[in-house]
Amino acid sequence: MAWAGKLLRVDLTAGTCKSEPLNMKWAQDYLGQRGLATKYLVEEIDPKVDPLSPKNKLIMATGPLTGTSASTAGRYSVITKGALTGAIACSNSGGFFGNEMKNAGWDMIIFEGKSEKPVYLMLENDDARLMDAAEFWGTSVWDTEEGIKHKHGDPMIRVASIGVSGEKGVKFACVVNDMHRAAGRSGVGTVMGSKNLKAVAIRGTKGVKVKDPKRFLGASTAAKKVLADNAVTGQGLPAMGTQVLMNVINETGALPTRNHRDSQFAGANDIGAEAMQKVRETDGKTNLVTNAACFGCTIACGRISQIDRTHFSVLERPQYHGASGGLEYEAAWALGAATGVNDLEALTFANFVCNEQGIDPITFGATLGAAMELFEDGVITEKQTGMSLKFGDAKALCEMALLTGKGEGFGAEIGLGSKLLTEKYGRPELSMGVKGQEFPAYDGRGIQGIGLAYATSNRGACHLRGYTIASEVFGIPVKTDPLESDGKPALVKAFQDATAAVDSSGLCVFTTFAWTLEDFAPQIDAACEGEWTAERLLQVGERIWNLERTFNNAAGFTAADDNLPQRLLKDAAKTGPATGKVNELSKMLPEYYQLRGWTAEGVPTNETMSRLGL
Amino acid sequence: MQITLKLYAALTPFLPAGAHNNQLDVEVSQGMTVGGLLDAYGVPRRLCHLVMHNGFHIPPDKRDARVLSDGDAVAAWPPIAGG
Ligand code: SF4
Repeated sequence: MAWAGKLLRVDLTAGTCKSEPLNMKWAQDYLGQRGLATKYLVEEIDPKVDPLSPKNKLIMATGPLTGTSASTAGRYSVITKGALTGAIACSNSGGFFGNEMKNAGWDMIIFEGKSEKPVYLMLENDDARLMDAAEFWGTSVWDTEEGIKHKHGDPMIRVASIGVSGEKGVKFACVVNDMHRAAGRSGVGTVMGSKNLKAVAIRGTKGVKVKDPKRFLGASTAAKKVLADNAVTGQGLPAMGTQVLMNVINETGALPTRNHRDSQFAGANDIGAEAMQKVRETDGKTNLVTNAACFGCTIACGRISQIDRTHFSVLERPQYHGASGGLEYEAAWALGAATGVNDLEALTFANFVCNEQGIDPITFGATLGAAMELFEDGVITEKQTGMSLKFGDAKALCEMALLTGKGEGFGAEIGLGSKLLTEKYGRPELSMGVKGQEFPAYDGRGIQGIGLAYATSNRGACHLRGYTIASEVFGIPVKTDPLESDGKPALVKAFQDATAAVDSSGLCVFTTFAWTLEDFAPQIDAACEGEWTAERLLQVGERIWNLERTFNNAAGFTAADDNLPQRLLKDAAKTGPATGKVNELSKMLPEYYQLRGWTAEGVPTNETMSRLGL
Repeated sequence: MQITLKLYAALTPFLPAGAHNNQLDVEVSQGMTVGGLLDAYGVPRRLCHLVMHNGFHIPPDKRDARVLSDGDAVAAWPPIAGG
């Protein structure tokens, strides 16, 4: 119950689709989605495999609560060995696609091998077929999604696809579903492209059963009330979206600016939530059109925006005049502060292009920031880039988004990601990331815990693996001092383990601004076989974390990769509350390893492995 | 002395006339506190969830004791989160 109990195995080399029973023993140990799919991946691939080889696999996985009536129950994840990082990759997406997969009766789809020709999977309940995708190859996510719906004459089909970037091997291609929701990070779309898999289209009408429907209704209704009554999930997020953070983090002195040269951005207020709601002088409208919700979500943090038609980016491009997925905080930071661009409409345009062609706006913006620093330092010139790439250049941002989305011109070099790009030009120290993946929107000098969370994140630098910002800045569940490193190892571990469980449930991590695991447990317990308590969920989370770690260790990562760029460890912040501070990673890391039950080399001890049943 | 008052999100409507980019430099008397400043501009205390003085977080029980100096900045938000 709650689990559909079966998975679809698609052998792209042989062109076959086969149903298999889900391993229910593993489901009890790893719950679903992130945890369960990671277990399958770890069992089935060589950790040392080249991410773009046919021997890598790509799994789309729902959680047990996906498709139920719980709030935010539309989530699914894409799990693979990441093209950007070579580490375990797991990117989570909302929208409606995950719900459709579950309603078609599948917990997950495992793609293996490589198709000879471009194909897409058409899945209508039990009927799975690989179809020729020649007509969609070379087209954007937007055209592919519309084209598939049109071809099958069914607007209710849900589609997850890659854009041209994923076909061309841009290292940070996403899988985009429902036009602008993305499994965004680590290059999961690049892996999909390497398999010649253009899209997955699903129509599901079966419904999702739960163990005890009456108790589940009571538990999910009570949990929805918690979300509605909470000032953040009930009012703050629907009204302002995540973009409210732009001014908060800037004031805190932890808004990485111009490739982390600075940690405060004078243009922050021009690109945040308040700016999105400001009436424009040109057309009397606001950038923000409305908020939006993923399947079953009672929070509705999503942004729908419309670009000013008089803005240079869309003057000759009417295809971008409609309303579409607007800026979230992390994207706005990367496209804006990281590049020094304070033009909200240009950021919105670049964001539309990221959705249209399926590129991760975080890595794109951060890599462009690194390229801009290379340009300003004279390491690269217009000879390579084809245009001026100075910090703050809104035109360069828009043009580079278009080029990177198609993997053309200097966009193909941006498409390498900042690690390979800066290595290529002999300045690796300018790559602002961990394990090959770029930082998101918080500076580890001004917020100490997030620095440790980045350094130890299993999928490379990421805020969503342990969002200590909740505690260090917002005071959820308790306020801690962002400038203090004491106590942060335990905080990071607690966030990492709890998040791994949440990511395996089918629900959205944003619920955790109001819910604790005590709110998740009764819903999972009423829906799923077995007894599910908050303690058990935390242990499942810790098990998942250690499983991911052992995969990375076997793939060749070591303690030396739990590191931060020298800029964060040596160059003190110059302004704001963190003035004079660097990240105190070397103080936090040994304590973190100890709390995790790992050796000084970052390897889980035998005792830890057996305690967690690994 | 002059203080920069910054109000964001649902607190924006409490900004005095003339504010630009969610902030305004205001004249206050010596001895003014963080809490006193927010009161003076009619910002309801129950809505002031996140309050910063020069970027440093000031919890509710410290706001009346924190005295301002010329050139300081006070920023306030209602309950917010994101990510
Ligand atoms: S909180 Fe936001 S991201 Fe999460 S499910 Fe709801 S709308 Fe989607």
